[in-house]
Amino acid sequence: MTKLIVDGKEIDVPAEYTLLQACEAAGAEIPRFCYHERLSIAGNCRMCLVEIKGGPKPVASCAWGVRDCRPGPNGEPPQISTRSPMVKKAREGVMEFLLINHPLDCPICDQGGECDLQDQAMGYGVDTSRFAENKRAVEDKYLGALVKTVMTRCIQCTRCVRFSAEVCGAPEMGAIGRGEDMEITTYLESALTSELQGNLVDICPVGALTSKPYAFAARPWELGKTQSIDVMDAVGSAIRVDTRGREVMRILPRVNEAVNEEWISDKTRHIVDGLRTQRLDRPYIREDGVLREASWPEAFAAIAAKVPQAESKRIGAIAGDLAAVEEMFALKELLSKLGSSNVAVQGGDAFDPAAGRASYIFNSTIAGIEQADALLIVGSNPRKEAAILNARIRKRWRTGQLKIGVIGESADLTYDHDYLGAGPESLADLAAGKNRFLGVLKGASNPIVLVGAGATSRRDGRAILAAAAKLAADVGALKEGWNGFAVLHDAASRVGALDLGFAPGKLGMNVAQMTEPGALDVLFSLGADEIEVPAGTFVVYIGTHGDAGAHRADVILPGAAYTEKTGIYVNTEGRVQMADRAGFPPGEAREDWAIIRALSDVLGKTLGYDSLAALRQAMFKVVPHLMRIDQIEAGDSRAVKNLAGKGGNIDKSPFKAAIDDYYLTNPIARASAVMAECSRLASGRMLTAAE
Amino acid sequence: MSVRRLAPKEKQPESFAFSAENLAWAKKQIAQYPAGRQASAAIAILWRAQEQQGGWIPEAAIRAVADLLDMPYIRMLEIATFYTMFQLQPVGKKAHIQVCGTTPCRLRGAEGILDVCKSRIHHEPFHLSKDGDFSWEEVECLGACVNAPMVLIWKDTYEDLTKENFGKVLDGFASGNPPKPGPQIDRQFSAPVGGPTTLNTAAAKGEGGRRASAQPALTDADAKKPTDSASRRESPTAKPPADDATRKGKT
Repeated sequence: MTKLIVDGKEIDVPAEYTLLQACEAAGAEIPRFCYHERLSIAGNCRMCLVEIKGGPKPVASCAWGVRDCRPGPNGEPPQISTRSPMVKKAREGVMEFLLINHPLDCPICDQGGECDLQDQAMGYGVDTSRFAENKRAVEDKYLGALVKTVMTRCIQCTRCVRFSAEVCGAPEMGAIGRGEDMEITTYLESALTSELQGNLVDICPVGALTSKPYAFAARPWELGKTQSIDVMDAVGSAIRVDTRGREVMRILPRVNEAVNEEWISDKTRHIVDGLRTQRLDRPYIREDGVLREASWPEAFAAIAAKVPQAESKRIGAIAGDLAAVEEMFALKELLSKLGSSNVAVQGGDAFDPAAGRASYIFNSTIAGIEQADALLIVGSNPRKEAAILNARIRKRWRTGQLKIGVIGESADLTYDHDYLGAGPESLADLAAGKNRFLGVLKGASNPIVLVGAGATSRRDGRAILAAAAKLAADVGALKEGWNGFAVLHDAASRVGALDLGFAPGKLGMNVAQMTEPGALDVLFSLGADEIEVPAGTFVVYIGTHGDAGAHRADVILPGAAYTEKTGIYVNTEGRVQMADRAGFPPGEAREDWAIIRALSDVLGKTLGYDSLAALRQAMFKVVPHLMRIDQIEAGDSRAVKNLAGKGGNIDKSPFKAAIDDYYLTNPIARASAVMAECSRLASGRMLTAAE
Repeated sequence: MSVRRLAPKEKQPESFAFSAENLAWAKKQIAQYPAGRQASAAIAILWRAQEQQGGWIPEAAIRAVADLLDMPYIRMLEIATFYTMFQLQPVGKKAHIQVCGTTPCRLRGAEGILDVCKSRIHHEPFHLSKDGDFSWEEVECLGACVNAPMVLIWKDTYEDLTKENFGKVLDGFASGNPPKPGPQIDRQFSAPVGGPTTLNTAAAKGEGGRRASAQPALTDADAKKPTDSASRRESPTAKPPADDATRKGKT
């Protein structure tokens, strides 16, 4: 630790701190453009100048180490001044230079109101310009479907260049030319390919990179802001939903160091238009093979006519990827009142909640990746299944302390890895010691065995999960203080469903069995769109979008999307998080739990709660850990050891990617025109229409 | 300097491949750096690519070099657009003339050289002459100020130019017989024009015996006589400050 005096206040900071960090530790605010906590230091904007006593000129505090400061003549600690007249004058000078070429188009700039330059110009700008010459103008660049550019506004902080190279792992952006003619662009203006490119908009301190889908849509000060949780993948990123009236205008990340740091993936950010289109806003009934609009009583009557005729064992419920815990709990209770235990969550067939929580969660936690020193990825492409988690893996890999092996489909994961094979055989070979990567896992102090949806969504998923658990146990991933058995789910609802026991148990049928021809008479589908329901089953679809599930449905009950209800979600690491309501569902749509409650009344099996609070009370009694928001109920590693003993027959076919098209994984994304355009770009078909 | 862009599509060759000899050379360059630091060879190899292509870098070459060095394309584009020594547009087949336009050359008549370029090649820089053999640009100081004005053609400098002898240089390149690089007037390198101007007395040349030559002149204006003592110092009397009390007429 080193002593420093900042603005007359003595502080003690680690010697490896930069002056900027030290000043912030002392409570001083340092303006900056190019410096970003999570990126490398560039030191090119010069806004963070401070004065070191005894120094001839101000220094850029972001790039000046605490250990580089010399003590005073009598050995007194170095004195830093962040508010002296010299600092103020220096920053004013920097600001004047920045504003020389920055256009005065704040009234038509989308960054207006949340612009670093605007804010800091209030503090350090002078009221008039002494620059009489022409301003620089820069051609706008095409960067794809999500990032709009107005490059004249660029102040060349190079944050975007560093972000794409360091965090995204797709070094596509660069600064061509030099000096005044420096321009930020991609190679020949090709579209960005990263799943994290939306963050470029947040990271740009000015209005040079703005959100293309959100262009000219709203001003930040007219938006209602709701803190919520993302459900596009199982990571559960912290988001802020910005609404105007009842319309969701945009989604921004919130900082959550344990989950998403401050990034969110493009799907999280840009499905906003999918929340408006293709919405189910009234009930529908299928009559003579055609869906017709209906009223709620009509829809309920149609269900009430059908359900009592069905044998209780031939009634089932499947929850989709976006279901919150509350509605699954209510649905499970309803089914059990109907005498059925046929409840299952999409993609959850491989997991058995009875085996214990550790057998289906990401035990090492996402933040724990930063302690890992060996990682084996089995049947997963984390870049597509959980782009944010992939960024965390890459962050750890960049420190040089993480060795990564991959079994499954070969893909560009943005980090170097040993490719060990395509299928379960490679896993068996590895476990048998036929690959030297076993030595890496065994030698590691914190190894992680990551099992993805590509492995667990197979029919033999249970056996593969057991084999992976066995490997984890064998390499010493299960020990005091570290559980390296990590299941990476690709759906937000799954861990919550398994926590609730929304799974068939011994007597019930799982998703595969329920979707076999002739298995069921009545199926309640809670937004399950990725299943194929055979003919002859009466399908009640409770969902939000006119997607595959709604097309197959016999009765459609319009529900609320994740921005339209408060709901608890449990992410892949088992973290319980609450999504909050930012608006109301459209038309006659209702919150899902309320639909199920009303339906239970119609069916004569009334559920015992009349409010969401009462439902939660009942739920917390059964599953108490759901009460502990933002916390992880740690799994017991004995569960993984038990799982390891299970074994089972494994098919030899290679793992297939769980996600074909990253941009189109759920009904909301499939309804989004922005996601469709991204998908088109990603599949290599360039849009013919010019930007 | 202005915004530098890659040549338009119609001027770009379809592909670029290093010749066997250049590729071997490039591999040797890469081998100079530790493993994983191959990108350090970027500028040298890109320069070689420019030489092979006849003085400019097509887009395909940027990709070829980036592939060779396992670098993202944008990084190589950054390098190619940053350094003005990399030409992004096709240059004259016979000569690309880089005219020094910095102060010493300007004072010595670089303006006239530029005029010749404008009239004989193209009125604008970076444009090919009608026959495609010549192009020109104005560059910053090339470090031959003693021989100003001067131009750089390929790897050689042509110095002490006048409108007339620069015309001859151009003629030489046009006819395929480039003149000898260096001063284009009667002058040895950057030695004084018309022969030596100092140390040319009999004494300096050592013709008066050892004693005489042992006393070099210290200042041009007040050279010491052979008889002066070595301890004689020329200390000019200090001038009074510009506006101080000793000035006459002031009380």
